[in-house]
Amino acid sequence: MNRLKQLLGMIWILMGPVLMFFLLRIALQEIEKKPVIDTKIQWGVFVLIFFPIAVGLTIFGYYAWKGEYDKLPTKSDEIA
Amino acid sequence: MLAPKGIWKVITASSVGTLIEWYDFYIFGSLATVIASQFFPKTNPTAALLSTLATFAAGFIVRPFGALVFGRLGDKVGRKYTFLLTLIIMGGSTFAIGLVPGYERIGFAAPIIVLLLRLLQGLALGGEYGGAATYVAEHSPANRRGYFTSWIQTTATLGLFFSLGVILLTRHTLDADPSKSIAKFNDWGWRIPFLVSILLVIISIYIRLKMKESPLFSRIKEEGKVSVNPLKESFGHKGNLKMVLLALFGATMGQGVVWYTGQFYAQSFIENVCKVDFDQSRTILIWAILFATPFFVVFGQWSDKVGRKWIILTGMALAIFTYRPLFNALLETVNLAKPGNAQTISESTHKSAVLPTGDSLITTTIKSNAESGLAMTEIRKDTVYTGLGKMSAKTDVKQTFKLASGGYWRMVMLVFVMIIYVTMVYGPIAAFLVELFPTKIRYTSMSLPYHIGNGVFGGLTPFIATLLTTMDTKNHLVGLWYPILVAGLCLLIGALYLNNKIDTDLSD
Repeated sequence: MNRLKQLLGMIWILMGPVLMFFLLRIALQEIEKKPVIDTKIQWGVFVLIFFPIAVGLTIFGYYAWKGEYDKLPTKSDEIA
Repeated sequence: MLAPKGIWKVITASSVGTLIEWYDFYIFGSLATVIASQFFPKTNPTAALLSTLATFAAGFIVRPFGALVFGRLGDKVGRKYTFLLTLIIMGGSTFAIGLVPGYERIGFAAPIIVLLLRLLQGLALGGEYGGAATYVAEHSPANRRGYFTSWIQTTATLGLFFSLGVILLTRHTLDADPSKSIAKFNDWGWRIPFLVSILLVIISIYIRLKMKESPLFSRIKEEGKVSVNPLKESFGHKGNLKMVLLALFGATMGQGVVWYTGQFYAQSFIENVCKVDFDQSRTILIWAILFATPFFVVFGQWSDKVGRKWIILTGMALAIFTYRPLFNALLETVNLAKPGNAQTISESTHKSAVLPTGDSLITTTIKSNAESGLAMTEIRKDTVYTGLGKMSAKTDVKQTFKLASGGYWRMVMLVFVMIIYVTMVYGPIAAFLVELFPTKIRYTSMSLPYHIGNGVFGGLTPFIATLLTTMDTKNHLVGLWYPILVAGLCLLIGALYLNNKIDTDLSD
């Protein structure tokens, strides 16, 4: 199971930039279809908000790949 | 830990204030259409509605920042004073929204002021929940933490319940004539739910002032173990950051979309896609909430016995695999009852008005009844142009349906099922989040994944789902792909990476 978690870590690492790419592509397509201020604001907000979250997913994937989730901490001194 | 009587005082004091904050937050969303007409230019109703939804969404997006600001305060100064502050900010900004003059009186200052107040609401809410959940959990005995914190979990849904109830009550009691009452509500009566909340906030502030600080926080303060920099300790150290990320991607992300799909998006779908009458779309949700709310406590209590993880993930799995048939059943409830050619016209009115441009606006209202009992109102607006070269009239048709008893209760049952999923994912999650993090950075660490999961992923659900339907106008269910895919990813990560073991010791 730990091996599976680590292997999937690679998937999560890649998923972050892939999601960013698709989000940006859809945003640009939609803005090109309807180049009005409402469309630009909406998709601009989505990109601004979801990009850092996608980075977080990549970091999560990195930790998974490194085996950081093989055993979860049960005490504070295991976290600090 | 507290004796039973003491814990109920803590729960009451926390829950009442949290409920009021949710109510304050939700009345804005529930009145999105009316607010759009008041504060945004009337030239394009769709743009105005979207702009308001964006303002609504802005309130959700800013929640994670509130989580950081007030989480930090709560871990340095204490839980009690921090979530007293959040209540004051929320109450004040809600009351102020009720006072802002409309666009017609103060122009562009109106939407800007409303947007700023909405952002303040989002900030306050971002600080409220983490404090309330942490506060109750830190008073609770370990073997009943899920049960006691689940009472806090009822407050979000009950806040929605009360917001819908107050709005409907106000909408129908401003005049003896129902249509005049609605007109008054749309004109100025919508302010009443905002203004009324200040009385409830004052009572809540009084109750909270009398509360004592969390015993666990008091202890670490006495021992000099309060965090110097909760933000750095929460997110700057790998050991804790990895748990924050796991909480988000393995739990709150999916929980957030299920929460908002089963309640907000369900109501929006019933009103805007199924075209059900305004009042019925809200009373359907009210009944479903009333029947389902006790299950927050049921699942919270059950999680004390069997663990939190699998209850939360089962709720997500059920949502993923049954949302499409459930929402399709909502559509079918109306489609099957539609009259086709067999209908009785009960009323037909015809009005003509001259527009400032010199053109004429002809409004035709037809009310009819189908054999199934479904009542339909169709309003057709034809613009007849007087100018040369403009030959044909532009027709705008709006249909709304009023369900007969059978269809109505069928919809209540369908939404009830969706809210059961909400109770499964949300009932245990306060205890789950509290148990993940140490006392000295608990408020900060649990607040951020909670508000990203709920504020960003969840809060944007109705907005993104509606946007998807504008990209594929023939597919009424296309909007569901957003919550299904987000919850699906969360289910996979949660199943593989989360631990079902309950941390009995919160004091470390």
